[in-house]
This record gives sequence, C-alpha cells and structure tokens, in this order.
Amino acid sequence: MASLDVIQAIILTLITASTPLLIAAVGELVAERAGVLNLGVEGMMIVGAVSGFAATLQTGNPYIGILAAILAGVLLSILFGFLTLSLVTNQVATGLSLTLLGLGLAGMLGSSFVGTPGVKLQKLDIPFLSDIPFIGPILFGQDILVYVSFALVALVAYVLFRTRIGLIVRAVGENHTSAHALGYSVIRVRYLAVMFGGGCAGLAGGYLSLAYTSLWVEDMTAGRGWIALALVVFSSWLPGRLLLGAYLFGAVGILQIHVQAAGWPIPSQFLSSLPYLATIVVLVVISRNRAVARTNTPACLGQPFVPDR
Amino acid sequence: MRLELEKRAQHSSLMTVISPLIAIVLTLLFGAILFSLLGINPGKALYLYFIDPLTELWSLEELVVKATPLILIACGLCICYLSNTWNIGAEGQFTVGAITGSILPVMFYDLEGPYILPLMILMGALGGMAYAAIPALLKNRFGANEILTSLMLVYVAGLALDWLVRGPWRDPDGYNFPESRLFSDSAVLPALADGRMHWGAVFAVVAVVVLGVLLAGTLKGFEIKVIGSAPRAGRFAGFSQKRMVLFAFCISGALAGIAGISEVAGSIGQLRPVISPGYGFTAIIVAFLGRLNPIGTLLAGLLLALSYLGGEAAQVSLGISDKTTRVFQGVLLFFVLACDTLILYRIKLVRNSVAQVVSGGTNGQS
Repeated sequence: MASLDVIQAIILTLITASTPLLIAAVGELVAERAGVLNLGVEGMMIVGAVSGFAATLQTGNPYIGILAAILAGVLLSILFGFLTLSLVTNQVATGLSLTLLGLGLAGMLGSSFVGTPGVKLQKLDIPFLSDIPFIGPILFGQDILVYVSFALVALVAYVLFRTRIGLIVRAVGENHTSAHALGYSVIRVRYLAVMFGGGCAGLAGGYLSLAYTSLWVEDMTAGRGWIALALVVFSSWLPGRLLLGAYLFGAVGILQIHVQAAGWPIPSQFLSSLPYLATIVVLVVISRNRAVARTNTPACLGQPFVPDR
Repeated sequence: MRLELEKRAQHSSLMTVISPLIAIVLTLLFGAILFSLLGINPGKALYLYFIDPLTELWSLEELVVKATPLILIACGLCICYLSNTWNIGAEGQFTVGAITGSILPVMFYDLEGPYILPLMILMGALGGMAYAAIPALLKNRFGANEILTSLMLVYVAGLALDWLVRGPWRDPDGYNFPESRLFSDSAVLPALADGRMHWGAVFAVVAVVVLGVLLAGTLKGFEIKVIGSAPRAGRFAGFSQKRMVLFAFCISGALAGIAGISEVAGSIGQLRPVISPGYGFTAIIVAFLGRLNPIGTLLAGLLLALSYLGGEAAQVSLGISDKTTRVFQGVLLFFVLACDTLILYRIKLVRNSVAQVVSGGTNGQS
C-alpha cells in the first residue's frame, strides 16, 4: 500500500531527525541536574561531527568514528569544566565561548572534507524481525545509535531517580553547600556530569555526520545543540519527557522535507525557521506555568561553587 | 595536586588591567602552537595574522570598517551583561536592523534627498530594538529563558533575510543573483576618507561616549550595576528587574540594528544573503575583553577586527581556512574569562594528600 509506505518513510525520517536531539539533550540534562549549565552543546556537537567523520574516513570504520566523536565531546567538556568548575568562570559566557571555539575548530578541521563522501553507519537488520512488514524496519532495522539513544534515556532515568549516585548528582545540583557539608565532592561530581554531557553531545554530532548524512557540511549542526538545550527546559529536567520533546521537535524538523516533497507553495526559508519558532513557543508555554517549571529546576543551576576550607 | 582558589580580600586592581593582556599573550602562544601543528612557521604566520594588516593605510581603514559593527554591538551588550541580562541574539538584531533599514532604498528606490539616510538609520535602530524586545518581553511576561529565545531568533532573522533577497527583494536587473538592488547614492553612508571607512565609525564612537557616560555618571548606570551584581539590594532600592531587562535588550538591539544598517549602507551597498561574518557573536567577546566597559570595547573591537583581517590575509597567503579566525576568537574569550578569575581569587596548587587530611570527609577516598 502506497500510503503505508509514506507513513513508514515519515516515521523513519522522524527517528533519524530526533535521535541526535535526544542524545545531546539527555547528556545536558545530567549536567544540569548536577547544577552546571553548559551552553557549549552546539560547539561540542559540531566538533563531534567532524571528529567522527574524520576518524571514519581514516579507518573506514564508522564505529571508531563514533568513539572519536564521543572522545572529542568529552575533551571539550573537560576544558569547559576546568574553566567553570576549577576557575569558577561565568558558566553562560564560558559555554558560549565553547560553542564559538567548537564552530571554528570544526570548520577548520573539516575544510578539507567538504564534498568528500564518507562512510555511512549501516542500519542493523535484526534477522527475521526486521522483515515484519511496516513495523519491522521501524522497530528492528535502525542503526545502533537509535537503540543507544533509548537506552541512554532509560539508563539516565534509572540512575538519576533510583540509585545512590543519582541522589548525589541531584543533591549537588539542588544544594551544593549541603552536599559539600555532607562530604560529597561537588566539583568532582560536576566534572563527571559535564563530561557525560560532553560525550553525549559529541555522540549526537557524530550521529549527524555518520548516520543522518554521511557528509561533512560546514555548520551542519544548524542550531540543534541549542534546541537540545531548550528540550531540557521543555522536559522540566525529566528524562521521560525528553523523549516526547525530542520526537516532537524531530517532527517539526522533518515537516519541511515532506511539505516540500508534496509541492506546497511555501517558501523553504519559512519551513526551515519552524523548529526555531517552535522552540520559542515551547519555551514560552513551559515557562508560563512557573509552579511546574520551578519544581524540577535544579536550584543551583548555573551557580558557581567555591568550597571554603 | 589540585587547584584551589582563595578569595582575595578585595579586587586586584593590578589584575583588572593586566588580565586582558595576559589573555591576549596566551592566545598568541596558543596560535603559535596551532600554526606549528599545521606545519606553518609560527613566527611568520603570527606576523602575517596580527602585524602585517597594520602596516598599510588601506588595511588600517579596513580595520576601522570591521571594528565599527563590533564596537556598536558590544557597547550595548555591556549594558546587558552588566545588568545580568543575557542577550545572545545580537546577530539577529543586526540582521533585522539591516532589513528594516533597507526598506527605503529597496522598496522606494527612486526617492532622493538628504532625509533618506537619517530615516534609514532610525528604521534600522527601531527594527533591531523591536526584534530585541521579543525575548525581553517573553522573559518578563512568561519567564522564558532569554538566552535560548534570543538565539533562536538569530536563525529566524537569517532565514528571513535569505528569503527576502532570493524572493520579493531580489534585484530585477540583477541577472538572477540573490541580491537586492544597489542602494542609490543618497542611501549610501558617506565615506570618511578616500577609502572604505564610512560614517558608521562615527556612530560607534558616539555610542561609546554616550554609554560610557551613562554607565559611569548617571543613576541609570548605577541601577544597571546594582541589579547586575546584587539583585536583592536592587529590589530594596526599588529598581525593577523587569524594566531593566527590557531596557538592556532595547538599547543593545537598537545599537545592533544601527550596526546592521550601517554595514549594509556603508560597506556593502545592497542586501545579500549573508551580510555578517558573525559580528553579533564576536561582539560578545569584544564586550568581555573590553571589561564590559564601553571605552574598553573600543580597543577590544579593534583587536578583534584585526583577527578578521588577519584571517583573510592568512587564508590568501598561507592557504588555511578562514575558520581559524573563529578558533582564535573562541580561545581568546576562554583566556579572557580564565584570567578574570585572577581578579577575584588567588590560585594555589594544593597537594591532594594534605587537603584530604584537613577535610577528612568521604571525599578523601580513592
């Protein structure tokens, strides 16, 4: 049936469009739960994208590319952590400079890759199951990172709310003075949370250059890192809602492809601006209900911590 | 070993002055290492990047041309950041200012007369201001995060400009290039000398002086600093946080808008899909490097303009990507922020074992 094929195609593009948002956002959620606002997601993402692409091109193995992307994100996040946590610089300004630096680094490293075809991360076809009509390719024929994204959300939800580690992370984000008084190393917990966020952002970038497309395009993150940051607000810092948000935004993002394919006479620029406008609308709607928005906001988010001896 | 910060009894005034200089030196060192890694003679590269553009008159003028938008935008951002308001969307306000300021020369292109330019500047300022007011109002009314909303609007403005110059505002005699009409003579900002330097530079200097006086010598300036550094005290003094957010966004938006229309009417002479090499973002670095002080932005603006010029020169003569400029800019902001720590804190390296004995808590394991 033709219409089923269309629906299937839409769902498949939806998944590829949403996965990078989900991965980047879940990492930032952990960092923010620990009280650190890292506005460098966009920068870590684009460096992840170029590192993943370069490593894959060198080795021919996209899985090594994935590792390189994660590593790049972690390295940049350590730089961010050193400034904001060890030197207590302003988190907003430092995050911004990380994004500026990342966009520059990626453009510089990637300038020789423009137009070079890369190696695409293959879809994993789970034998038999992926042959099931309609739902087979959707549920069992994705690339590994799609499964990883769901696993990450489940893992983060479990660890944050069901384990002692999660309790410590949340305590550090909620009240760093008390957490410090209880003997937890606020700085160390925050470093680890920021590094987790960096790894996720790098991985999300790698997804863009290895699975979403297999090309390197300058500025290919196109604000997805910022949208991931907005998603964290949208989710009110709850991993489950992140899933909903990422797929909602993925849907807005792919709308233009399908509307244009359908031949509607709407300027492409207008369609391209929809995800950004949607982000604004969502931020307004979410922030409007302050009681709800505030209950889950980590109380120490963005605040520097200097342990007194 | 780990770092430990010890709060200084008072601001180190020495560090306030030299910390930006340390940051610049560190950035140059980083540049030298970067060029060595790229296999380029670092001495030669740094000379080409940062000294050579200063040796000729035309490039000195070009320096002023590039510094003009940076200084205009950064001045306004100083007001924002001092009052703890985070306008990150100056790039979008720049774009919208360029669009609204261009309405006259593009849509009413046969108009001539001395009133056109002042009107264009005014409309550019109003456009930038209105666009900046959106995140401010959304923050005041709904509590929406202004960092994210102002940033999203940057992408929207860029797409709107792209649509205009490819669609309704495309030059009918332009052989289908995505460009607007060339502005008529009465819609082009007059040059200040024989070269490309134009009246925008004067606007920048005026903005520096006006905002410098506002910050240093008026009650408003005091209010900005109190709300930024001690919001609670500001509330007791009866200063309204919400009015300040709107004020800061409007001032910085208007200046970004003026920068936008000055760039289009002064340097480019028409609208194009891309009118800025990231001035709105670079201005953030200018503001911080200039110590959030309008006069400081004058010097910082010239320095970052130099990074653009050097980047172009290096691209031509060394064959490296023009993105190197952005790397330099990002690293510079990193170092500026890191060196600022020295103003408030003394940094000590502490041996871990000692610290563990002292604190003795559960964090002493491992």
